[in-house]
Amino acid sequence: MHTISLHVNDEPVTANVQARTSVADFLRDDLGLTGTHLGCEQGACGACTVLVDGVSVRSCLVFAAQLDGARVTTVEGLEGPDGALHPLQQAFRDCSGLQCGFCTPGFLMSAAELLDAISQPDERTIRETLSGNICRCTGYQGIVEAVQTAAAACAPPRSWSHPPTPPTTHETVD
Amino acid sequence: MKPNSFALRTPDSLEEAIGMLQEFGDDAKPLAGGQSLVPLMNFRLAQPEVLVDLSRIPVLTGVSHEESGALRVAAMTTHRALEMDASVTTSWPMLGDALPLIGHVGIRNRGTLGGSLVHADPAAELPAVCLALDARMVLQGGTGTREVPAADFFRSYFTTAVRPEEILTHVHFPPPGQRSGQAWLEIARRHGDFALVGVAATVTLDPSGVCQDVRLVVAGGGATPVMVPDVVERASGRQPQPELWNELAEHAGAALSPADDLHATANDRRRLIRVLTRRALTIVADRLDGRGA
Repeated sequence: MHTISLHVNDEPVTANVQARTSVADFLRDDLGLTGTHLGCEQGACGACTVLVDGVSVRSCLVFAAQLDGARVTTVEGLEGPDGALHPLQQAFRDCSGLQCGFCTPGFLMSAAELLDAISQPDERTIRETLSGNICRCTGYQGIVEAVQTAAAACAPPRSWSHPPTPPTTHETVD
Repeated sequence: MKPNSFALRTPDSLEEAIGMLQEFGDDAKPLAGGQSLVPLMNFRLAQPEVLVDLSRIPVLTGVSHEESGALRVAAMTTHRALEMDASVTTSWPMLGDALPLIGHVGIRNRGTLGGSLVHADPAAELPAVCLALDARMVLQGGTGTREVPAADFFRSYFTTAVRPEEILTHVHFPPPGQRSGQAWLEIARRHGDFALVGVAATVTLDPSGVCQDVRLVVAGGGATPVMVPDVVERASGRQPQPELWNELAEHAGAALSPADDLHATANDRRRLIRVLTRRALTIVADRLDGRGA
């Protein structure tokens, strides 16, 4: 067993965890933060995305025992101190960015990281950056519109930050 | 799917880490970013009894530029840190091309250069890039430190020259030559997927402007990244023009024996090798001309 002391959504947490417990299972089972979802447990779908020390990670691929001293933000941590929806959450709601909602927390965390780095991303950048999150319901258009809408409405971002990634070139074969 | 029970050890020095690998032998595996190993563990395709977490060893992270112009990257440096480092991507555009194509942002935030190289997936970008750039891998273990050139490092599918109690600590990239250009291109079904085929190309011109050295490395064309043979011989002394690129592309497509698999037939891969080689060499030529993208 490993004893970890960390912050989750700005709250201090101390816990004992087995080595094999993923961050996702720790958040869900030990802390009751079930907003983080498990879709594939192999790092492909992005539903488990949370922020650790400001950057997005697949929480199914990190062990909770590695989190000593970390600051973790989950989807539950997006809302304002008064419980107001984060602009991204409001935008997903307004733009039909979700249907079943299973992928949504992962998208929100990935989008939050994106908007902190690039305040007005173009559509191509949004689609490329979010390509690590898979949605089976929406066909993505509502998600893209939600991120664009939130970008227009976003308050000054919290400081989880990376400089922007330039869009990559897609190859096609003639 | 959950992994087996295992013990997690978190050394705070390289010496301690090596000591642990010696102590636990075959039962132990170093843990880098976990982006390849943990999925395998979640499927129970890998069941190490001990994981030695390398993430809290300070000397294993960081980028340094040597006076010679060479680049030294510590093995636990994340893909994202490298991708965002203009001092790396400007001078080594091939790294700048390849890094954003590795998985997705979340993968690159944890995945590491060293982890990717030691995992040695035949379709991965960085092994092929390291071979094309003539990188040297610095390994440290119980018997001391040694360097292995990329050409000797990748042995087969998921198999490298790293010995059981060794840790890859750094990767050394030689300075890019004068009058030298480089590029990486790949084709994948979806953004972030493993490449069906990837091509790394470098061209060096002599002072009179003809080709002096051309290197082509293909990922997805074999069990390891493959340096296309007989390229320098064909290119040396020739004008760096589309006619040469077309010839080299035809040659690359014919010279390798890629596999038939679920994702593509051998003929599909040969065609992709041809097309990507021609395009990569064209991009390199543009960069040499200063029209670089």
